[in-house]
Amino acid sequence: MNWILSPLEVKPDHRNRIGPKAYALSLMAREGFNIPDTLFLTVDAYNAFVNAAGLRERILLELNRKKFKDMRWEEIWDCATRIRHIFLKKQIPDPLKSYLTEKIQLRFKGKALAIRSSAPDEDASGSSFAGLHESFVNVRGTSSILDHIRLVWTSLWSDAALLYRQEIGLDVDKSEMAVVLQETVTGNRSGVVFSQNPNDETQVIIESVYGLNQGLVDGMVEPDRWVLDRDKKTVLSHKSVQRKHWMIPSETGVEMTPLPEDLSRRPPLSSEEAIDICELAFQAETLFKAPQDVEWTMKKDALYVLQSRPITTLSPSETEDKRAWYLSLHRSVENLKALRTTIEETLIPEMAKTAKDLAEQDITVLSDRELAGEVRRRWKINQHWVNTYWEEFIPYAHGVRLFGQYYNDAMRPDDPYAFMNLLTQTKMASLERNQLMEDLAAMVREDRQLLECLKSGAVLERDSKFSEKVNQFIEKFGDLSCAVTGGTDCATDTRPLFKLLLEMAINPSSLAFRKQPRNALTLQQRFFERFQGSKRKEAEELLDLARSSYRLRDDDNIYLGKIEAQLLNAVKEAKSRVESSERRGTHTSELDDLKSVIHNLDYGNGKRELTISSNEYGFKINPRQLVGQPAGPGLSRGKARVIRHHLDLQDFKNAEILVCDSVDPNMTFVIPLAAGVIERRGGMLIHGAIIAREYGLPCVTGIPDATLLIHTGDDITVDGFLGIVTISQKDR
Amino acid sequence: MTHYEDIKKQIRDLLINQKLAVLSTHHSGQPYASLIAFVGKEDLKEIYFVTPRTTRKFANLSADSRVAILINSSLNMDSDFHEAVSVTVLGNAKETNGAEKDDILGLYLTKHPYLEAFATSPTCALVKITIKTYVMVRNFQHVMELHIDQ
Repeated sequence: MNWILSPLEVKPDHRNRIGPKAYALSLMAREGFNIPDTLFLTVDAYNAFVNAAGLRERILLELNRKKFKDMRWEEIWDCATRIRHIFLKKQIPDPLKSYLTEKIQLRFKGKALAIRSSAPDEDASGSSFAGLHESFVNVRGTSSILDHIRLVWTSLWSDAALLYRQEIGLDVDKSEMAVVLQETVTGNRSGVVFSQNPNDETQVIIESVYGLNQGLVDGMVEPDRWVLDRDKKTVLSHKSVQRKHWMIPSETGVEMTPLPEDLSRRPPLSSEEAIDICELAFQAETLFKAPQDVEWTMKKDALYVLQSRPITTLSPSETEDKRAWYLSLHRSVENLKALRTTIEETLIPEMAKTAKDLAEQDITVLSDRELAGEVRRRWKINQHWVNTYWEEFIPYAHGVRLFGQYYNDAMRPDDPYAFMNLLTQTKMASLERNQLMEDLAAMVREDRQLLECLKSGAVLERDSKFSEKVNQFIEKFGDLSCAVTGGTDCATDTRPLFKLLLEMAINPSSLAFRKQPRNALTLQQRFFERFQGSKRKEAEELLDLARSSYRLRDDDNIYLGKIEAQLLNAVKEAKSRVESSERRGTHTSELDDLKSVIHNLDYGNGKRELTISSNEYGFKINPRQLVGQPAGPGLSRGKARVIRHHLDLQDFKNAEILVCDSVDPNMTFVIPLAAGVIERRGGMLIHGAIIAREYGLPCVTGIPDATLLIHTGDDITVDGFLGIVTISQKDR
Repeated sequence: MTHYEDIKKQIRDLLINQKLAVLSTHHSGQPYASLIAFVGKEDLKEIYFVTPRTTRKFANLSADSRVAILINSSLNMDSDFHEAVSVTVLGNAKETNGAEKDDILGLYLTKHPYLEAFATSPTCALVKITIKTYVMVRNFQHVMELHIDQ
């Protein structure tokens, strides 16, 4: 069993032990191409690591909690996070560690290394995995190198890699990973060359940046671009760009810094150098007998090949289009920062203003025709913001995952979600609403007369302090009867709100559920102490970004709800006019217009069938224990309250367990009463999990058919540590 | 496939593919586990096994007919933790005789032909378990129950 091979030791039958990337490098080394000093870690080294202490089965247990096709991308991310964490916590077994340490020290003598993935199943699938697995540049010190080898291994199990393997039908159980260890060449100019333009077979394409290739490959630094004639080997065109940054080696890793003034004024390559690079690509093409995509770097005037692979995008297939989407699951810090500015400075204020403007408009004075136009206008406005939500707000949630990975890499905590403790207790709109409800409940509790008044359903004194506060609450958050924040017209009165306030008033202990900030400050301090200088600043920025991303994950729905509430108000006005005219027996063409608008925008169609086949003559099935994802640590037992319709929430009783299809922030006002949360949708970043963490409640997400298998009144136990829900059977 | 059909299929597959199961009986409250070679009926309502009448398990089930049986597809490998399916069967045991015994013995020996001498010995009993409940575990901790009205 070979754990390490040098390029010249590689034989043809090693190809599936080192992967196509490494195999190509070995062939190039043999042919005299100028490649940096290199060693290959075979898949045997990976297998020795994962087989130690049953790591392979731990991975498969994670991946088989439920059917892969039933997992949402957020659940797959959670799975990938847990697997990554297992890899980080697991030490390389001693014989392998000693062997690797000795070989690496002997070969590279303390030099900084690039550590790249080389997955053999790229060959098996005939598909490119470019960008799906991790690579690291400028890693120093044996301990850090061994650490980064584990990170490359674990990238085999990243969410993007898992999804892509599933997509192209690879058996994830058999996945293995080889690694390329390469001396880091600190090139001052780098790039890629396509020996054949994917869109024009008569051309060669070169892209080049100053500094390391990382900037170009990660899309952080825009490259200059040359198009050359393949036959004549002449430059056809050169697209010059604004050169602002370059990626250079930092103390550990790489960093993007401003490009020196003198370099920014001239292109990274001369025409002669571009032709030299073109020649290099042709030599690679000759060796591999296929058009090549070659990564290169230049140190002083020496040209190095970093890797070469066949061009897989000559005829883009559907699969490759999807790979781009999987890759988009990973957002860079720069990308997220730009998104944050857009969201916080433009989109949120615009949403708030839109909702306010719509609320201020008096639709009762509009003619029927004008009202029909207004309903259409509001529908378009709402649709615009729904689209914005998917395109801008959802991707911004990646800020949390980016921070989670950063935190886990630095701190190696026992709990892979410990980082969430630094994000909770942020100022979220849903928490402000719940606090106001708690204040109102406290007023009811302290005023016996008021409590009896609410119990009996009598009319409240109009100008009492309580009425005033209730009105303020409704103005801001609606009366909770609607599935959107700010809605007030879904029930005939404020009874849903008062029922909940009474329940909260009678059960003051429930208010103590709200979790106090845990040791968040200590955790934060310990986290920051890990970094110095520019790294410390980076850590602070990332935490700030993650907090904003986490807060917005909840708040965006509240803002969106307020806009939808205004659309519903207009629809309600239209419905009322149509009904009253039908009662009077009057008919106008304007009214037809209103009718057609209401008909076209009818809500509530296409709802899920809420039944499940569970019985046949003589047989009956019962769920006993359901497995989901652990999304909020803790253990609690109570009666289930299954929410199938928004108005079911008004019956929520103290210490019940909320069971629903998908929680959204417009529903989470019952959380102060709840003893636990169960949700069909899975993931750590769904609203149910976020709010449960805020209140310190056990939470299990990703239970398929939760609202169908569990019934209101069932005695259930929520194990938020293991992600398990147990349903008690009274007679057994 | 609905939950119901899915569960019945997995239980049926297990009854067909597994040859051995663990039977639980008790004596004065002391649990007792033993290995049995079984056969299950297609309709999932009964399971049968053969045992000498001199055994502890036979004495136990004669004193208290309530029994539990564990059937599972594990292969004694790491992969069992995510791949194996396990079923706990709850029911009542009773010795069969006469025509029913002759019918079932045929079914039993089709599955376990090597046990012919054992199963037809006059000292052995063919025991029928009338099933009340199957408790099926898969994906390590996912548990569903199938109850049968007999």
